[in-house]
Amino acid sequence: MESASLIQSLEKLLGVEAVTSAADELLVYECDGHTIERALPTAVVFPTTAEQIAEVVRLCHRLRVPFLARGAGTGLSGGALPVEGGVLIEMARMNRVLEIDEVNQVAVVEPGLVNLRLSQAVQGMGLYYAPDPSSQAACTLGGNAAENSGGPHTLKYGVTTNHVLGLEMVLPNGETITCGSRAGRGPGYDLTGLLVGSEGTFGIITKIIVRLTRLPEAYKTLAAVFPSIDAASSTVTEIIGAGIIPAALEMIDHFVLRAVEAYLHLGFPAAAGAVLLIELDGIRDGLDELAERIEAICRQNGSLEVRVAKDDAERALLWKARKEAFGALGRVTRSFYTHDGVIPRTKLPEALRRIYAIVEKHGLGIANVFHAGDGNLHPLVLFDDRKPGDQERALKAGEEILRVCVDLGGSLSGEHGIGLEKREWMPWFFTDQDLELMQRVRSVFNPEGLCNPGKVFPTPGRCVETRPFAKAPNVSA
Amino acid sequence: MGPLTPGGERADLPDAAASTTAPGEANGSGIDLALPCIHCGLCLDHCPTYRALGRETDSPRGRIYLIRAQAEGRIGLTDNYIKHLDLCLNCRACETACPSGVRFGALMESARERLYRAAPQRYQQGSQGELLLRHLIARPALLRAAFALLRWARPLLLGPARALLSPEQRNFAAMLPPTAGGSFSLRAKPVYRARHERRATVALLTGCVMDVLFDDVHEATVGVLRANGCDVLVPRPQSCCGALHAHAGRGEEARAMARRVIDQLGELACDAVLVNAAGCGAHLKSYGRLLAADAAYAERARAFAAKVRDVSEFLAALELKRPPKAVAARVAYDDPCHLLHGQQISRQPRELLRLIQGVELVDFPEADACCGSAGIYTLAHADLSLQILDRKMAHIAAAAPDIIASGNPGCLLQLRLGVARAGLTCRVVHPITLLAEAYGA
Repeated sequence: MESASLIQSLEKLLGVEAVTSAADELLVYECDGHTIERALPTAVVFPTTAEQIAEVVRLCHRLRVPFLARGAGTGLSGGALPVEGGVLIEMARMNRVLEIDEVNQVAVVEPGLVNLRLSQAVQGMGLYYAPDPSSQAACTLGGNAAENSGGPHTLKYGVTTNHVLGLEMVLPNGETITCGSRAGRGPGYDLTGLLVGSEGTFGIITKIIVRLTRLPEAYKTLAAVFPSIDAASSTVTEIIGAGIIPAALEMIDHFVLRAVEAYLHLGFPAAAGAVLLIELDGIRDGLDELAERIEAICRQNGSLEVRVAKDDAERALLWKARKEAFGALGRVTRSFYTHDGVIPRTKLPEALRRIYAIVEKHGLGIANVFHAGDGNLHPLVLFDDRKPGDQERALKAGEEILRVCVDLGGSLSGEHGIGLEKREWMPWFFTDQDLELMQRVRSVFNPEGLCNPGKVFPTPGRCVETRPFAKAPNVSA
Repeated sequence: MGPLTPGGERADLPDAAASTTAPGEANGSGIDLALPCIHCGLCLDHCPTYRALGRETDSPRGRIYLIRAQAEGRIGLTDNYIKHLDLCLNCRACETACPSGVRFGALMESARERLYRAAPQRYQQGSQGELLLRHLIARPALLRAAFALLRWARPLLLGPARALLSPEQRNFAAMLPPTAGGSFSLRAKPVYRARHERRATVALLTGCVMDVLFDDVHEATVGVLRANGCDVLVPRPQSCCGALHAHAGRGEEARAMARRVIDQLGELACDAVLVNAAGCGAHLKSYGRLLAADAAYAERARAFAAKVRDVSEFLAALELKRPPKAVAARVAYDDPCHLLHGQQISRQPRELLRLIQGVELVDFPEADACCGSAGIYTLAHADLSLQILDRKMAHIAAAAPDIIASGNPGCLLQLRLGVARAGLTCRVVHPITLLAEAYGA
């Protein structure tokens, strides 16, 4: 395909202003939140309507050009990387709330809407959108639906798929389908359930119907400080074992704590080995008793301090510390690689010990901040991209860490998706038959493989560049 | 008087000196400032130009990526590179949002300085700035003369001559306050004594644009300070602090102007140097960084910067007398970026406004977002500036205030234009003006 004529056609469809094809601008689209791998698109388009998206997709289909959607580029598995070039459809301008049905607690939104903006829009009605990825102040609902994103509060409220009632999607041949409805699941196959989490490989989402949740009457947010990660891990197991399901149960280790302290000055003791952030929500009555039971469990496990947020401001600060922890790591390490694996909760202490041993063996650093309550780990392997071999060691350590998760009966990914990052490891978890079936499902939607190619499934030979973030390849321009 | 806790250059940021330094760069300057960026994207939705355009190239993360790519030789000083740096408002909202503590304002200034040195005429804020920044703003007498002329012409520009003006010129005329063309510094006494018992001695920065456009704000500032037991020094001569020059990448000029201001105000016997223009205050507080490599001035610059306070910051730290008069109005306070993001001051101006009987502070969404003024941005990139302004005005209009308050001359001008464009009738004032009315000062 001659890229000049592709670009001309795109400009004719959308207008010159809504198409970018200059090398010195495409550069910024070569990676998303997963910065270890890079690939450049041929063009980026900025549609404002679903019809424009359908036209772009029809053009790509006709010309046999790969295409994919990108939201805010906060994804951590390289899902928005144009592995085979082609057209990157940027959703940022499709960010309207189309409809709010307060009584039925439903909203219809465009995919480029930022997650947090939806909650802000309905806050006055006593409602919110429950799935809260840590990047919720930036990430888009379209990206959330594509990746089936989680977040700290999924422990009690479930992940994105539990909150998406219906979708409108442009299929890779340019046809538009709708599935689900504001009344929830309809008759026939649950296509909504199939499309959520399909990582952008089935088509381009153009509209989302989501469930809104009533804001809880009260919150109780505790920060429990432990001398060691082991003590914090056993506490998690005991809390859940006692039949208590908090709204969120998060662990922050001492390394992450150091970064967060430098940022927000929370004043946790220097001897802290780990902090558990535990949130209870719901009807006010009974929350205090539940909090007391949790405090007692913490104390039995040797907690140094249990802090209870005294007001909304303190609660917000504790959550800011948790949610912006990844970002704050830039203060204390040169580079890091974020992992996302799941283990059975009861294996938490063992998994963490084994992970720490792996990283130590490779001579690298490690930090941990994760959803302890549902066993969703986010080990962060710390390295220095300037040191020869460091990044390769970090990648190797990451692979071994995920292997441990799978071996312990867990999974390859909790919420970041497989994307580009983990496609080669899918056979650890699935049989050939499993993978074959999934690919047949994909080919029903995406028979030519033009829509977000190179994702989710192992492909022979990688076609992206793996280079240190700070010393990236040159753009030919 | 109680101890001052200065808002200022951010103390919580990574130690720039501890990071590596590119050859030829002073510690803590240049590309080093970009290194803490880990590409998380949490800045995106805080960026006014990203919100308006939806392009990564016009987001903080994208601009950092471009600056880094340029410094590493992956791209040259291309037209696109220049455009995207030029389109940044340098409002620093991303700096507040950044968990990793990227000092974006300083990064942008240093990137623009490299740009300005290499290609001054291809850089819009640089070239449009040539007339304004080099020849006008930096020359008080000429600036006064120009605005005196405008004061005379203002009724004409707003009335009969309106049809002859270009849209940009019409916008400019709508911004001009009736006080344009006055000069406080020309008529000011060297010292104003405190009414009642003296609690502090302060010096007032009269500045450039503030002095010729908002002499009434200086009067009000002096009045409120005197009513609260301050001797106010108004030293002469004073020159422009160079903030706009630094923002536009005119580093050499900016440093020369900073040295001049330190010479003029550095040795005064006073407790604090007060500023009522947020942009100037944020810049004066950064003099230590600006002149860090200047052996003769580095120490003096640090000492001077440590004495600088925004007027609201200073007053809120004093035990203020309750103002006797009421001002019955719904007031919308709009945060100037260089007060909120540049100096971390947002609580104090609101506290001062709440002191006034009858004032009802009304909240509105995105009070923390830029109004699109951004120094000479409003002239250099009129379309985008107006798009950003209109979003702001829609939020303000929904809150139906009687008065909009904001403590920075650029914002005051821009919001005046916004009121005219939105067909509102609210007054647009500096918070200190309302406080002065309440004190009868």
